[in-house]
Amino acid sequence: MALHATHRDAGQVTVVELSGRITLGDGSALLRTTIRGLLAEERRLILLNLADVDYIDSSGIGELVSGFTAVKNQSGDLKLLHLTKKVRDLLQITKLFTVFDVFSDETAALRSFS
Amino acid sequence: MASDTKHLEMTLETQVESVNLAEEMCLRVAEAAGFGEDDCYRIGMSVREGVINAFHYGNKERPEKKIHLAVDLTADKMIIHVLDEGTGFKLSDVPDPLAEENLLSTSGRGIFLMRAFMDEFDVVSGRTGGAEIVMSKKLPAPGSASRNGQGGQNAAPQQEA
Repeated sequence: MALHATHRDAGQVTVVELSGRITLGDGSALLRTTIRGLLAEERRLILLNLADVDYIDSSGIGELVSGFTAVKNQSGDLKLLHLTKKVRDLLQITKLFTVFDVFSDETAALRSFS
Repeated sequence: MASDTKHLEMTLETQVESVNLAEEMCLRVAEAAGFGEDDCYRIGMSVREGVINAFHYGNKERPEKKIHLAVDLTADKMIIHVLDEGTGFKLSDVPDPLAEENLLSTSGRGIFLMRAFMDEFDVVSGRTGGAEIVMSKKLPAPGSASRNGQGGQNAAPQQEA
């Protein structure tokens, strides 16, 4: 399933709702342009909702890391919300669970940015 | 090759679409062989990563080069070969993606994922002179939890955030 992305404001935080697969090609490219687009609009506090993302390959992981680094380099923060089991397992075995702040509750995630 | 081995092979173009095509083809074989949902996911992911490796690192995204995919289904395992037309590489030269200094690298996790998700994994010098990834997964025993179910011997660790 192709990746879809929408975003909404929640105070100073932009919540990006993603659905589909983040894989080599269009999925990774859309994630990249979405994050870079937000940074261009000076939205530097980003919460990625991955509730409807059930598949990420190494290219998608690379794009998540790239986005995380780009946001951090602009003194922002990028956090993850609602991981599916497959994505959670993938972040655990690649040790990225120790890099990203991961939340299962949106209110708690939004509060963590302040 | 043993007479009860089923063999399937295809030649893929060096393009992004080949990654999905290879994954879909191998998933069909895996499902038909009786692998459960979790093992099918791991096999599909490993095939993706193998073909991405051939596409990007082996063939360097050059369209005149091909990616050769072969699947052998023996009495006890599914063996997948992904061969590129590059110059080959040594596994020992691949950086460890779990090393602290590599955690924020934007690439280099494909080999690690194939090793994690398959029972056997190796890279050999292929007949084209390029790298040939050879990986396999044991067929689930009839009636086992992983046969068309949720289990699997290489399940990722469970841990709550």
